[in-house]
Amino acid sequence: MAEFLMPSLGADMESAALVSWKVKPGDPIKRGMAIAEVETDKGVIEVEIFDEGVVEKLLAQPGPERIKVGTPLAVVGSGAPAPDNGKPQPPQAKPAPAAIPVATAAYRSAPDHHPMDHRAVAQAEAPAHARIQASPSARKLARELGVELTAVKGTGPHGVIQRADIERAAAVKATPMPQPTVAPKVELPVPPRKEVAPAAQPAAEQFQKNMRRAIAAAMSRANRDIPHYYLQTDIDMTHTLRWLEEQNAKRSVKERILPAVLLVKAVAKALVEVPQLNGYWVEDELRIEEGIHIGFAISLRQGGLIAPALHNADLLSLDELMNAVRDLIMRTRSNRLRSSELTDATITVSNLGDLGVETVYGVIYPPQVALVGFGKVGERPWAENGMLTVRKVLTATLAADHRASDGTQGAQFLEAIKRYLKEPDQL
Amino acid sequence: MNDAQIKQSIFQVVQSIAPEVDLNQWNPNENLMEALNIDSFDFLNFIVGLDEALGVGIPEGDYGKIDTLNKLVDYLSHKAPA
Repeated sequence: MAEFLMPSLGADMESAALVSWKVKPGDPIKRGMAIAEVETDKGVIEVEIFDEGVVEKLLAQPGPERIKVGTPLAVVGSGAPAPDNGKPQPPQAKPAPAAIPVATAAYRSAPDHHPMDHRAVAQAEAPAHARIQASPSARKLARELGVELTAVKGTGPHGVIQRADIERAAAVKATPMPQPTVAPKVELPVPPRKEVAPAAQPAAEQFQKNMRRAIAAAMSRANRDIPHYYLQTDIDMTHTLRWLEEQNAKRSVKERILPAVLLVKAVAKALVEVPQLNGYWVEDELRIEEGIHIGFAISLRQGGLIAPALHNADLLSLDELMNAVRDLIMRTRSNRLRSSELTDATITVSNLGDLGVETVYGVIYPPQVALVGFGKVGERPWAENGMLTVRKVLTATLAADHRASDGTQGAQFLEAIKRYLKEPDQL
Repeated sequence: MNDAQIKQSIFQVVQSIAPEVDLNQWNPNENLMEALNIDSFDFLNFIVGLDEALGVGIPEGDYGKIDTLNKLVDYLSHKAPA
């Protein structure tokens, strides 16, 4: 027996509306299956479950009400009949170890973390808070400082409450200064899909407002908490682009690969060499992630930005990566993202080359520790071996969290990206 | 296929890629990607759409020849099967 909870789909998410169920009681479910659609400030997201079993009961009904992160939405059973009469157990039963998708998602790729630990502490110490995701040290500090966990917004990965959140909450309590808060929205807009009609304009406006608020929250936090440092390097792309053009000439129009895909792949491979930039800053330490999931910044037509994850980008061939990027862009713009794509990115790549920008100085998306920016590839004077020539040049920048890495590692990382881009047949 | 028919096909492809674009406001001499506010992925989808609609697979080397609507119509009128 397990409870399926409203997941946290990013540092800036507090609640979401349940749009629809994709399953009904009695349906078998598999790990990774999308079982519901929720609407966040970033649009409608398909929520995946990380349990297996059978849907026993749907606790929440679709509607415009905002449901807080951590609220039980459904009860999932093992699918096996109970020993007595086969009736499903009441939903009040304690969740099984694998019950909490938030915790599962948050710690999936960090084997040294045990989501069970957090929950065990929660249940033992504060039954009322059993479903709030907070680190043990944060819970302890909250007790010491008299901070109510329900009133704290977690800023760790997947909204997990950390010590810093408690400290901030305690500081707010102690300060009479009013804090800017976002009023909960009673009326929930339907985010505009591609085919939206002009009549739906007010909904589109509201969606944009919510999107701006979500970006504002994450970026303010980044600028407040993260000591950024910036490095940049120019890369001669002449040979690389010629190589790509030759490759594409052998392909059908549909199978062409775009230069942006080479950039993503080069970043992914460089992260294998410099893993310190692939992970999260949590609880005052760097947690390096094993999986390389590149958050690919995608602008929305109606305004705003989402950087969903390209999972295991280092393991994909250029063709697979091209398909993955194309699919991700399409689904981002048509509101069809999956929850893991919103939560799993371990670094962000922002490519503004199409807009004519030369250099991108990014703001890191917390709790990530780095963002790679690419500008446009353009002809520039290029001095090499005592000769001045004209080459197609790309400027790559790194914005990195100085708490998590130093300039030396940042420089090694940019150098590795450059090396991979100069040898595209190695990508 | 005359220019008007080609233009009609182009408009249909654009509508499937960037439905919010007001085709009446499209300046035929403006840079196509800027006028439509599309990125390189959209642009590739546009090229794929034109290939499917008109049977013309535009090579990457020719992208410079089709960077405005007028130039694209002119290019396609020479390449599209009659």
